[in-house]
Amino acid sequence: MNLTLHVWRQPAPGQPGRIVDYPAPDISPDMSFLEMLDVVNERLIERGEEPIAFDHDCREGICGSCGLMINGAAHGPMKLTTACQLHMRSFKDGDEIWIEPWRAKAFPVVKDLIVDRSAFDRIIQAGGYISAPTGTAQDANALPIGKPEADWAMDNAACIGCGACVAACPNASASLFTAAKITHLGALPQGQPERMRRALAMVDRMDLEGFGGCTLFGECQEACPKGISIDAIMQMNRDYVLASATKVEAKEWSGSA
Amino acid sequence: MRWLLKFWDSTVGKKVVMGVTGIGLMAFLLVHMAGNLQMFLGADAMRRYAELLRTSEELLWVARLGLIGMAVLHIVAALQLTAINAKARPEGYARKVPQVSTLASRTMRLGGILLAAFIVYHLGHLTLGWFHPALVHLQPYGNVIIGFRSPLVVAFYVVAMFFLGLHLFHGAWAGFRTLGLAKRSAEPLQRAFALWFAVIVSAGFALIPIAVYLGILA
Ligand code: HEM
Ligand code: FES
Repeated sequence: MNLTLHVWRQPAPGQPGRIVDYPAPDISPDMSFLEMLDVVNERLIERGEEPIAFDHDCREGICGSCGLMINGAAHGPMKLTTACQLHMRSFKDGDEIWIEPWRAKAFPVVKDLIVDRSAFDRIIQAGGYISAPTGTAQDANALPIGKPEADWAMDNAACIGCGACVAACPNASASLFTAAKITHLGALPQGQPERMRRALAMVDRMDLEGFGGCTLFGECQEACPKGISIDAIMQMNRDYVLASATKVEAKEWSGSA
Repeated sequence: MRWLLKFWDSTVGKKVVMGVTGIGLMAFLLVHMAGNLQMFLGADAMRRYAELLRTSEELLWVARLGLIGMAVLHIVAALQLTAINAKARPEGYARKVPQVSTLASRTMRLGGILLAAFIVYHLGHLTLGWFHPALVHLQPYGNVIIGFRSPLVVAFYVVAMFFLGLHLFHGAWAGFRTLGLAKRSAEPLQRAFALWFAVIVSAGFALIPIAVYLGILA
C-alpha cells in the first residue's frame, strides 16, 4: 500500500518543530506500525536524511515504551492496542497518517516523537514502598482475597505507564495513571498500611508535575491499551478525601524526589 | 484547617468541591422546579407557596447564603481548574479526534458561563425586579405571566434551560463519580440517571415560559 505520512519533527528539547510530509510507498499491510516507520527510516538514511526518532522496546505491547498520536487518537485507531501492536492493515491504501508525540507540559519532547515521561516515575517514587516483610513467602492461602478484589487489583496493575491517558485527555491529566497505581496496591491487604499516605503523596506529586485535573471526559479509558477503567479514579478520589480528612501527615512522603 | 487548604490546593480537592456543590445545586434545582410547576395549579397555590417560603426570614437567608456559597465555590473551582488544565498542554495537536467524550462534557465551561449569566438575569428578573416591568411582592403568578410577555425573554429562558440540561447530562453523572459514590461498572460511561435528571429538570423549568407563551397559563 502507498501512504502519506505527516510527522512531527523536532531536533531537540525546546527547539521549534514542525510537521513534515513523507510519502511511504510499498508498505505491506502485515507490517506493524513501528515496522512501517523502520522502513521509512531506512529509506531516509539511504538518502542521507535524519531518521524519525520514536520510542520503542518490547514491540509486543507490554513495556509501555511506544506511544504515538496517530490520526488524532492515542496509539491509533485500534482499541486496547499499543502502537507497536497496531498493524498497517488497519489503514487503507492512499491513507494520510498524522503522527505526533504525546502532548503535555509534563511530557516535554526529547526529539521528534519521543517524549520524556520521567514525571510518571516520580509519581511512582512518591508512592513509596509497601511494608510487606521479606524472607520466605507466606503460604498463598494465609491471606484470603476475594476474586472480585483480586481481579480489580490485577486490572489496575496491568498499567504499563505508556502515557496514552495523558495524551488523550483534553486536560492532559494523569488521573487514570495515578489512580491505577494507587488502586492496584490499595485494593489488596498488603497495600493497606501505607494506603492513605500513598494516595496523598501520589496525587500531590501528580499536581506538582504540571498535569491537568480530571473532567471525566472518558477519553483516557478509551485510549488505554490495557483497558483500565475510570472506576479507578473513584478509588483515588475516595482515598484522597479520606486521607486528607484524617489528616495523615504526608510531608516526609511527598518530599522525596 | 490546614488540611482543608491543602485539600483545596490539589486538583482532586477542587474537583471534589465542584462535585459536592454541584450535587447540592442539583438538589436545589429539583425542589425549585417542582415548586415552579405549581404555576399549573393556579395563582392561589403559587401565593401560598411563596408565603410558605417566607415563613421565616432568617431561615430563608440561611438557604440563600447556602446557595450563593455553593455557587461561588463551584464557579471558583471551575475557573481555577480550567486555568490549571489550560497550562497542562501548552502545545496542542495538529490532529485530535474526540473518541468518546460527549458534547456535554466538552461544553461544561462555556455552558457554565452561560448559566452564570442566566442566574444573574433570572434573579434580576423575577426576584429583584431590575429587568421586570411590574414586579409585585408575593404575587408570583402574575409576575411570571407578565415577565414572560416578551417572546425574547421566553426564548432566552428556553435556550438557557437547554444548556442547563446539557450541563447536567455531564454533571449529574460526573459529580457522583468524582465523589466516588457510583458503583464500579463494566460500562462506566453509561449515564442513564444523568440523562433522566437532565431531561426532567430542564424540561420542567422550560415548560412554564413555553406555557405562558402559548397562552396555556394566563
Ligand atoms: C444551575 C447550577 C449548576 C449546577 C446544578 C451545576 C452542577 C454541576 C455538577 C454536578 C458538575 C459535576 C462536578 C463533578 O464532575 O464532580 C458540574 C461541573 C462543572 N460546572 Fe457546574 N453546575 C451549575 C452551574 C455552573 C456554573 C454557573 C458554572 C460557571 C462557571 C459551572 C461550571 C462547571 C464546570 C466548568 C464544570 C466541569 C468542571 C471540570 O470537571 O473541570 N457550573 N456542574
Ligand atoms: S514497544 Fe513495548 S509496548 Fe509498544
